[in-house]
Amino acid sequence: MTATHDDRAPGYDTAPADRQAETSSGLLVYSIGLILAVILTATSFWAANTSLLWAPGVPLGLAVLAIAQMGVHLVFFLHITTGSDNTNNVLALAFGMLIVTLVVGGSLWIMANLNANMMPAPELMNLHMQR
Amino acid sequence: MSIAATTLDAAHEALPDSEAGPAPKRIVVAYGFWIFLLSDIVMFSAFFASYAVLSSATAGGPSSAALFNQTRVAIETACLLASSYTCGMMSLAIKSENRIGTYVGAAVTFMLGAAFLTLEINEFASMAAQGATPQRSAFLSAFFTLVGCHGLHVSVGLLWLIVMMAQVAARGFRATVQRRLLCFSLFWHTLDIIWVGIFTVVYLMGIVA
Repeated sequence: MTATHDDRAPGYDTAPADRQAETSSGLLVYSIGLILAVILTATSFWAANTSLLWAPGVPLGLAVLAIAQMGVHLVFFLHITTGSDNTNNVLALAFGMLIVTLVVGGSLWIMANLNANMMPAPELMNLHMQR
Repeated sequence: MSIAATTLDAAHEALPDSEAGPAPKRIVVAYGFWIFLLSDIVMFSAFFASYAVLSSATAGGPSSAALFNQTRVAIETACLLASSYTCGMMSLAIKSENRIGTYVGAAVTFMLGAAFLTLEINEFASMAAQGATPQRSAFLSAFFTLVGCHGLHVSVGLLWLIVMMAQVAARGFRATVQRRLLCFSLFWHTLDIIWVGIFTVVYLMGIVA
């Protein structure tokens, strides 16, 4: 009996009335997520096309909007929350984010550094020697 | 049985984690699949890093500003976001074991996903027609790897959705089928998260730069 219980999703045995309440609260969560995501996406597209904003700051703003939208998707669509059932998921996510930050940030940093310290092209080198 | 299970559920909720016993299989399966999804995200992060490094290495070929069509990207984004939402509606229908709702949710999700894929294939074809193929420059290699890999994931997701609907039709809402559907919805929402990164880093930043 415990085995069959473990096989069943939480909410499997709830009464129809509870089920209805569960569905409508779930609908609310997805709808809030959709509205937030639409607002963030629209803001991103607007920021990329407007001339109102200080141009060098736009890429940073776009990155912030994207990260915010990813957070919205995680919470409202994937239901990664702070509940006790979710502790392992959150820890795995934190580790994943660490790796992603190291891979993306590290690559950009190293490659930018290499580009800056790159030996000049051969023609420029020759000019250098002639002088 | 039903009452006993409900009290067990309640007991499961009330106990501290250390005494609650093993987690329900649904939680364990979702955790395992979440770890797979995170490894997929790590793979994509490598593609994102290579794209970001190579995005200006056009080797005299067409640049991002010349190639990208913002309207198409906006429609693609809308399709994928809406399909994420309808996938959530499908999950709710599955939870209340509503067959019609599940089929309708799956059909809408599938059509929006297919529309996204069609637009993306059109984009790739029009780029190839302009001579912007993956072998033209490092920028284009990185572009096709990143965006193509996401498109491949979407195609796999669409196939998976068809298979899952066949399972619902043949076997009904069994516990195993419900868990597979849960994994599918996690997969589909994760693809949308990756697309958020793509439309920001590839398309919008490409237009700004």
